[in-house]
Amino acid sequence: MAKTIVEKIFSEQCGRNISAGDVVMAPVSGAMLHDITGPLAIDKFYEMGGDRVFDPAKVIMMFDHQAPADSLDAAENQKKMRIFAKEQGIYNYDIKEGVCHQVTMEKGRVSPGDIVVGGDSHTCTYGAAGAFATGIGSTDLGFVLRFGCLYFRVPETIRAEVSGRFSDLVGPKDLILKMTGDIGADGATYRAIEFCGETIERMGMAGRMTCCNMAIEMGAKAGLVPPDAVTRRWCEEYTSCTWKEFVSDPGATYHSTRSFDVSDLVPQVAVPHNVDHVVDVTAVAGTPVDQVFIGSCTNGRYEDLAEAAQVLKYRSFSNDVRVLVIPASRTEYLKALRAGIIERFVEAGALVEAPCCGPCMGGSFGLIAAGEVSFATSNRNFRGRQGSTSGEVYLGSPATATATAITGKITDPREVA
Amino acid sequence: MRVWRFGDDIDTDAIIPGRFLTINDPAELAKHAFEGTNDAFAREVSPGDVIVAGRNFGCGSSREHAPLALKGAGIGMVIAKSFARIFYRNSINVGLLPVICPDADFIGENDSIVPNLAAGYLEASGRQLPIEPVPEFLKKIIDAGGLVSYANQLHGEDICTR
Ligand code: SF4
Repeated sequence: MAKTIVEKIFSEQCGRNISAGDVVMAPVSGAMLHDITGPLAIDKFYEMGGDRVFDPAKVIMMFDHQAPADSLDAAENQKKMRIFAKEQGIYNYDIKEGVCHQVTMEKGRVSPGDIVVGGDSHTCTYGAAGAFATGIGSTDLGFVLRFGCLYFRVPETIRAEVSGRFSDLVGPKDLILKMTGDIGADGATYRAIEFCGETIERMGMAGRMTCCNMAIEMGAKAGLVPPDAVTRRWCEEYTSCTWKEFVSDPGATYHSTRSFDVSDLVPQVAVPHNVDHVVDVTAVAGTPVDQVFIGSCTNGRYEDLAEAAQVLKYRSFSNDVRVLVIPASRTEYLKALRAGIIERFVEAGALVEAPCCGPCMGGSFGLIAAGEVSFATSNRNFRGRQGSTSGEVYLGSPATATATAITGKITDPREVA
Repeated sequence: MRVWRFGDDIDTDAIIPGRFLTINDPAELAKHAFEGTNDAFAREVSPGDVIVAGRNFGCGSSREHAPLALKGAGIGMVIAKSFARIFYRNSINVGLLPVICPDADFIGENDSIVPNLAAGYLEASGRQLPIEPVPEFLKKIIDAGGLVSYANQLHGEDICTR
């Protein structure tokens, strides 16, 4: 029977014929723990009688949410995880590599056809590599550490077909915001989203990661891009990546198909306080902002920083705006540094921070006060997400964030470029 | 028993803001539940209270601290028109009962609510409101009181091949 990628992955990993709707106990190829949800997962592992983790080589650990430790509690949590890693023989990237999802991908810890879980809702990012990757809670993660498998209800797939060429300064973030607006915050709950079509085929890994990253903002269990030549080149960079070509069969059964054409797409902005409240940038242009954040697992890669630099040119940022630039990883930081982009940001007046989540989830530094407005390239604008519950968060692309940081008001990047 | 009413798309950042995630103790987390968005909750909630919400309750972050905070506050059950996937699963795992009730709007502030999971309805002040059945594999976890006790009931290492 014709199968979707998701059905193929589960069939292969479980060694039997599996279809959407089946409930399976499936082995996992990778389990990611970070400093926020990891400590609780370790407690649960022990509560379930754990002694040795199922396979230390399959456990991925790093600290990014409150890194370096910004409080005594954070320091204690990280210490607990470091001890666990040592005892269990788990390689720990600790605080030095960057945001968990970027690091997991760029260290080649994901291969096409894998089932990967992580104690973080944006684990779905790894679908860009053609893997089935999904976010889970700490108790499920403790179970995985203990047994190496987990219950899954194999999801039906929504096929998102994207066509057309992006116009200048419009890109993957605008597309995924548009999709989120159309599909809605719970429009894909319990489903997987398969991103396909000519626009996705032309898109690099960075853009594909941006799209898969935000699948959860529509409630999806996973977002996936069918592995192709782009994935293959990416995979070949990592010795640990095993190439497997999992693509949906012609005639596979989908939950539904949605078509998007990006030809006429303009920069998109998610307005407070819902990610699916999405408008054209022109609808909110002129709104004054207090802080701009360029970074996160959604848009903190080299390509994003380069897009920002393309808009910035030799200008300076507005004196009324605090600009935080936080590369998603050490690798991406170095790429941008060597290209002279970091220097440009610093000259323009940005604070360039070491790779971490930064203000993205309001649990560390760079918070906004009551009544303040943040414009961010990250993925969530829930009330209080970046600090005060009386603050406001707008979301957009690196280009729009940069234009906004230059003028101090939400600005269409095509106007300043 | 008090009914705490919430609307659609209540995210886990609202249930427990990011700055409290270094706390792992449910009772401590409960002190900060809905801080900044519904301050009365932590002050006035008492054991046995029920949350009744709209669509997509618990969307966003995978933080298990969210159902833990509610459990720590003594919330016995969360009734919503629909749940975000990770929150639903986490709730069951930590022993907090999520109930999908498409007619949740009909529940009144002063209703006393009695769930009848086996028969598939909630009784709210005499009325029977249908609820969606819990998938079989999750029922076992609910019956065990959460995933930890469920895992501890399973013997042998063949669990992955069951
Ligand atoms: S950058 Fe933001 S969304 Fe990504 S893992 Fe960190 S806190 Fe979560």
